[in-house]
Amino acid sequence: MTTAQELSVRDKKELVSKEEQTAPGRHYVPYTDIYETDDALSLVMEMPGVERTNLNVALENDVLRVDGQIDLSKYEGMEPVYTEYNIGHYTRAFTLSNKIDRERISALLDDGVLTLTLPKAQETKPRRISIG
Amino acid sequence: MAQFSDPFETLVSLQQALDTFRTSRWLGAGPSAGGSYPPMNVFRKGDDLIVIAEVPGIKKSDLEVQVKGNTLRLVGTKSVNYPDKAARHRRERLAGRFDRAVTLPVEIEQEGVKAECRDGILALFLPRAERDRPKSIQVS
Repeated sequence: MTTAQELSVRDKKELVSKEEQTAPGRHYVPYTDIYETDDALSLVMEMPGVERTNLNVALENDVLRVDGQIDLSKYEGMEPVYTEYNIGHYTRAFTLSNKIDRERISALLDDGVLTLTLPKAQETKPRRISIG
Repeated sequence: MAQFSDPFETLVSLQQALDTFRTSRWLGAGPSAGGSYPPMNVFRKGDDLIVIAEVPGIKKSDLEVQVKGNTLRLVGTKSVNYPDKAARHRRERLAGRFDRAVTLPVEIEQEGVKAECRDGILALFLPRAERDRPKSIQVS
């Protein structure tokens, strides 16, 4: 859906973790859209600067965890003179219901946007009941 | 000055370095065209400038970069698309048009400008114009 309005600027959302971290540095929460179709639930997450090889998606105990590391070596030898945003690794976790077919979860990373497709389990798909 | 070579300290020192310049008025009076999206970071490498902006989900074809003298302009559209029948549970991503122009403190050599867009990051390499480069003056 494209709207013709001006894009506004907002600060990146910093991760406030329940667990404490052992490694220093800030993490950010990727902006996420979640939508549902008849067949699947889709998670669309913005993670600019994360390459395919530095992205980790894991499912453990009903929790789908997404971790994206940014490549800091690109900033080597560069001296900041003016900044409007900070950078950091991205992390976010979602609790899945048992209506998701876990074997068929797929992921696609394109232009810094990760799309996770979580197909619904066969028995939970909506079906039309014909009236005889 | 900030060096980011030690892999263990890299993230923290870079984040601190970026924080330091958050309040600077380096770009002067601010945007001369409407809006201030996308947010940008400006780095110096030798005499040249590197401007980096986060543009996740924006296709190269929807992005236009213009450089003239010491003005940089970024124009584009960010669209967020869903299938027609989808029910939306959560909407955090923004979509819309943007048109941002900033005035840089140095003059840019138009011919040498390079733009790269990869993984949702736009990087602009802006070489300083030859006539604008500082000259060393011999102290006698």
